[in-house]
Amino acid sequence: MTPRIFVYVGHKNGIADDCAVELLAAAKTISPITRPTAVVAGCGPEFDRVCESLRSSYAEVWKLAHDNLAYPNAELIRKALLKVLPSNNIVLVPHDHFGIDLAPGLSIKLNAAFVSDVVQLEGVEGSALNAVRQEFGGQVSTHVRCDLASGAVVTVRPGAFKPADNMLVSGSVIDKSGELGTLTSARRYLQTLVAEAGDVDITKHNVLISIGRGIQDKDNVGIAQELADVLGAAVSCSRPVVDAKWLEKSRQVGSSGKTVKPKVYLACGISGAFQHLAGIKGNPFIVAINKNPKAPIFQVADVGIVDDILEFLPELTNKIREMQSVTAK
Amino acid sequence: MEILVCARRVPDTSENEITLNSTTNDIEREELVYSVNESDNYAVEEALQIVDRTGGSVTVVTVGSEEDEEILRREMAMGASHGILLSDPAFTGSDGRGIASILKAFVAQGHYDLILTGVQADDGAAQVGGMLAAMLDYPFASLVNSIEVLDGKTLKVSREIEGGNKEISEIDLPCVLSIQTGINEPRYVGMRGIRAVASLTIPTYGASDLGVDASVVGKAGARVQRVDYYVPALGKTAEMLSGSREENIDRLVELVAAKGGLQ
Repeated sequence: MTPRIFVYVGHKNGIADDCAVELLAAAKTISPITRPTAVVAGCGPEFDRVCESLRSSYAEVWKLAHDNLAYPNAELIRKALLKVLPSNNIVLVPHDHFGIDLAPGLSIKLNAAFVSDVVQLEGVEGSALNAVRQEFGGQVSTHVRCDLASGAVVTVRPGAFKPADNMLVSGSVIDKSGELGTLTSARRYLQTLVAEAGDVDITKHNVLISIGRGIQDKDNVGIAQELADVLGAAVSCSRPVVDAKWLEKSRQVGSSGKTVKPKVYLACGISGAFQHLAGIKGNPFIVAINKNPKAPIFQVADVGIVDDILEFLPELTNKIREMQSVTAK
Repeated sequence: MEILVCARRVPDTSENEITLNSTTNDIEREELVYSVNESDNYAVEEALQIVDRTGGSVTVVTVGSEEDEEILRREMAMGASHGILLSDPAFTGSDGRGIASILKAFVAQGHYDLILTGVQADDGAAQVGGMLAAMLDYPFASLVNSIEVLDGKTLKVSREIEGGNKEISEIDLPCVLSIQTGINEPRYVGMRGIRAVASLTIPTYGASDLGVDASVVGKAGARVQRVDYYVPALGKTAEMLSGSREENIDRLVELVAAKGGLQ
């Protein structure tokens, strides 16, 4: 028998996160007949609207309202969840900066198994949940079997489950706030610092020359910039380039960087971690150039070339320059 | 401040193509280049910088086998005072919860004001730090990209959240933090530094030394088990250009021009 499924739903500015419908779809792949319960935490009129809006997709919406939950501090929300969640259930949480904060500790406190960052769910077999995860930066996948004997907390990769159509229900909001009591934490939220704008706004460009670890050295960034110059494009990058301080944070594409919507995206020496791909929207034409033929970027690219970008990019730049000088004549 | 950093030796994915072994129960490990997990190395550097400012010492611990001593020595060459190996045949096949249980048993035998881990290792699970914190009833923060020591009892930390924004919080000690890459610039370790620690004996503790509950470690104690490894079929297959470099460039220019990428 499939245990009851709870889905933790985050929200912002009165709107439930996309994960609300994605995790509902994930729950349905565990069991098509399940009627999962949404659990939401917050306070105020905007939060009330979030709870109401979830009634169209969830049969039950558990509302945890508390003054101390105005900001989603995972340390406080974990304590709130422990006061209301029964044991021996499946709890789905998005694998984002909030879920990474909340979920591992939640599994320990619930004495439940923990499966992280699943990309597929294959249902319950006996007392085990079968799931698929990725390892080694997405280069290989692995089937995992999770013992459900005392429940499970599962984090689900954002974007991995497509919301199903036509799942309208008329659910009810169940106010569990009375069970919360006092909520305090040894970690206190102070403020959010908004990212600084950089010298170049990569979100405004139609063509991006995006570089990753394969650029190898700060001195080589100029190779990408020269190509960008002849194309009227901008240079963006993946996380390792920012970590190494070769480019500013404002050039980073990904879940912890900028979301871009170019027409053409040249991924140069980028492996293609999901956190990076999460920042590429609008279905651009993706060209991947990478020395490693197993790089996951080739799974999402339209065109792939196995080559060393340090040799390939300068020759590409020269070719385009030649063409431009012919056209100019 | 006494700081413990939990580190792991992993195949370096930037240096390796990962392939499957013949029985697909593991990756092919014969030819792999191993190194210290990237975010763990940032965590050690951060610990060293905190100790430089406030005094105290840095201990690096790993759960593994004799082969994993090399990363402990490397981190000691960076400046860590102690390297500790937690090793026992009973630990083999532990899941994240098992690893966290072993570390918890080790932490309980000492006194640490601050425990750091990397954000995630080769399995991408990002789980051990949060589990360890919950087992110890310590506060936890993940994805930490700056640490300021306010006084002997509190830190001001920044977490990396969406869009490059930073979430700033105060957190009481003792606590567990998972460290994001890019928080600092890890110092270079030269051959000389490695040689200086090459002959040190690394203290090793097993299950009975630590008093680890045998029911939660090893393959038998793992509630989450890998069934197999596989390489996923390509969803949307890229058109691979496999001509000479010149031919590939010509074709690429055509394709990019057709998509409006050439002005």
